[in-house]
Amino acid sequence: MSATLSRREAMKTGAALVLGFYLPSRARANAAGGKLNAWISIASNNQITLFTETPEMGQGTRTANAMMLAEELEVDWSTLRVEQAPTIPAVYKHLTTGGSGGTSSTWIPSRQAGAQARELLVAAAAQHWNTQEVDCRAANGTVVHIPTGRRVRYGELVEIASKLPVPELAKVTLKDPKDFRIAGKPMPRVDTPAKVDGSAVFGLDVRVPGMLFAVIARCPYFGGRLLRFDDSDAKTSPGVKAIFAVPPIGFVPAIERNLNVAGGVAVVATSTWAAIQGRKALNITWDKGPGAGESTASLQKQFREKAAGPPAVVAAERGNVIDALKIAARKIEADYEIPFQAHATLEPMNTTVHVRPDHSIEVWSPTQGGDLAQNTIAKVAGIPPEKVIVHVTYSGGSFGRRYQWDYLAEAYQVAKEMKVPVQVMRTREDDMQHDFYLQYSYQRLAGGLDHEGNIVAWSHRIVSTPIRAVFDSPELLRDPKHGAEGANSIPYETRDYRFDYAPAVSVVPRAWWRSVSSPFQVFAIECFIDELAHAAGIDSVEFRIRHLHADNPEQTERLHGVLQLAAEKSDWRKALPANHGRGIACCRFGDTYIAHVAEVSVDKTGKPRVHRIVSAVDCGFAVNPDSVRAQIEGGINFALTPVLSGEISVKEGAIEQGNFNNYQVLRMNDAPDIEVYLMSGHGDPRGGVGESGVPPLAPAVANAIFAATGKRARRLPITRIA
Amino acid sequence: MKSIQLTVNEKSHEIAAPVNTPLLWVLRDTLGLTGTKYGCGMGLCGACTVHLDGQAIRSCQTPVNAVGARKITTIEGLSNDRSHPVQRAWIAEQVPQCGYCQSGQIMQAAALLVKNPHPTREQIDQAMTGNICRCATYQRIRRAIERAAGEEA
Repeated sequence: MSATLSRREAMKTGAALVLGFYLPSRARANAAGGKLNAWISIASNNQITLFTETPEMGQGTRTANAMMLAEELEVDWSTLRVEQAPTIPAVYKHLTTGGSGGTSSTWIPSRQAGAQARELLVAAAAQHWNTQEVDCRAANGTVVHIPTGRRVRYGELVEIASKLPVPELAKVTLKDPKDFRIAGKPMPRVDTPAKVDGSAVFGLDVRVPGMLFAVIARCPYFGGRLLRFDDSDAKTSPGVKAIFAVPPIGFVPAIERNLNVAGGVAVVATSTWAAIQGRKALNITWDKGPGAGESTASLQKQFREKAAGPPAVVAAERGNVIDALKIAARKIEADYEIPFQAHATLEPMNTTVHVRPDHSIEVWSPTQGGDLAQNTIAKVAGIPPEKVIVHVTYSGGSFGRRYQWDYLAEAYQVAKEMKVPVQVMRTREDDMQHDFYLQYSYQRLAGGLDHEGNIVAWSHRIVSTPIRAVFDSPELLRDPKHGAEGANSIPYETRDYRFDYAPAVSVVPRAWWRSVSSPFQVFAIECFIDELAHAAGIDSVEFRIRHLHADNPEQTERLHGVLQLAAEKSDWRKALPANHGRGIACCRFGDTYIAHVAEVSVDKTGKPRVHRIVSAVDCGFAVNPDSVRAQIEGGINFALTPVLSGEISVKEGAIEQGNFNNYQVLRMNDAPDIEVYLMSGHGDPRGGVGESGVPPLAPAVANAIFAATGKRARRLPITRIA
Repeated sequence: MKSIQLTVNEKSHEIAAPVNTPLLWVLRDTLGLTGTKYGCGMGLCGACTVHLDGQAIRSCQTPVNAVGARKITTIEGLSNDRSHPVQRAWIAEQVPQCGYCQSGQIMQAAALLVKNPHPTREQIDQAMTGNICRCATYQRIRRAIERAAGEEA
């Protein structure tokens, strides 16, 4: 890659016009100001290469980012090459992605970068023909001289363009969306070809000359530690090169974060298999540490106590919900519970690190953040980030897991002992037992209705194992309110309400799992609104629409829109056979509004089966509608695992599951038919779509199970209806 | 360590490995054929699926010395230009998201269509249920297999 070439060097070779940090000083100031998020390289043979920043983990942002660049650049989509931008955070501001923001956050910067290049090329053409810019127009990889119809290809303008002043990003003219030829159309993904012929390079596929392979025997008990180990058998295992202890890493002040590196014993060998075999031959004694008494049963006891006890935080309150519940015509109460869930990305966590003799470091990582990886390893190593080169590979799924520090830090720990490149990989068991899980949650709701079926009281207690407690500084954690992750509102009108929160204590690490706190909050809210609708004797779509807030017109309008569309497309009012039922749920996630209708049957043994999901999505303008549909389809199916089978349980402060035999994830035989309908979105992309398909799925299915059986399922997974 | 002869993608190799080494790691670490993936090491996910004389097998559960003279085909050998009907169908239906499982899915689907050129939906589900996709592209995989079956007809 030409990442280190200066523009002058690039020009000397006659190879390319590169927009980005190669530019002369004035333009470099623009880039450093955070306006450029991608590079455009045009070779004199007209080969155009786009560099996109957002790591590609399956969500399709590499394609969306390239589409936005190409749209403004006016090029033929089929001729483009797209590559991952290098990890240079001073230039690239979107090297880390999270919160489903990969497309909406780059919408303007990517287009500006494309438009800047286009304007430069038009100016170059004007000089080439000794004419005025107004007579020149960019089209399909060429500039056209309008009065004469002459054309010149971009590649032929590279040399002139390189000597022209670069237009300021903030002053470039973006295209009118009515002229879009690429954005808004369903485009084939740029990474598909490499993903059907085995050539796509994921983290585990990195092969560097002289490299070794390593696994770590981590302490299985969270918070526990290594007491002693005997490696006399392991040392003689074929291919084993080195065995050594690696310490745990906790709170690192330089990053202001607890890295949660478990520590243990590393086995480095000539192949992955040799490392795994060597590890099997180790004899290790662990101290179980402070979590030895923790189990799923002890957590359940704690959750129930905290659901009934005083809250740590009252997030929002109006009126007196206790009195309102007392005088309500109908009072409904329900508890909802979701256990820990694993990310279980199919490519387990791994990273390859080479610590060179001069202490500079090269890293190859399937990470959700190139700069996050660079900074983490630099801080742990005690060197400046510029001395850490990070190559971001494709990620074999992430779902939030790769927005973490542990797998990066431990790969460095091992590699620094070896002086050669080392790939530190996790087996499935390592990955599943050392995840950062979806929070365990337990929610207690109480609601009151008046005689007309209006909600007059809504009391909502969330108890969960909060995420922030896993990462933040000891100082922050002294504040009992810090990191509260309760809901503080619902989209429905209720006269009196109270939302409060009580944190639970657990040694189990947890972090952002696809849609973070929404899976449990929306599960409770959307199941409970269904329970209230049923108690009021009102159709649950009508009940939701009737109760949508009057004081939030945009939210009300957009939720109304998706509820109606999902109901219409799912034949909401059409009768179903016996033991079949439909359920609906909706939510806002970021600036995306979404509703799902689930169609479910329950067989004689009580086992539910999900047949069909109809989803209506309002995410604003969809840059790549096919990719939006794919993400919603994937989110729906991802969310089915905790509903139908997934549960991570705890015993003696360790995880009981280890592989796909006991953490059963959705397979094709249980995958429903999915229909995704997009609201016609004008203007800008609004919300993301990577996560938004997840939250309403569980309540839609649970509500459908109620419609089919008359029984409420309030704890996930719902393996059998009693 | 023992010297073992293997025929992979119509090329013969002589490799040295402990005889119980799973074929998966010989393909990936010894021969550098990284298109075949590790996902579970227990034959539970299908990411490591390759063909052994045309049959779909889990290479993580196949000791290298059990291969013998049988011919191994990996994703890299399915075609040299993505022209296999299953690969073309995968592109047409835009199946992959992260893509990590897709080598295994494609090898499983290709073997299915040899045995059963016109599978029903139930037969597709049955044949593919051993292959996990965490991005859960199952609906598109189904459609792609139906498309490939239609094209081969």
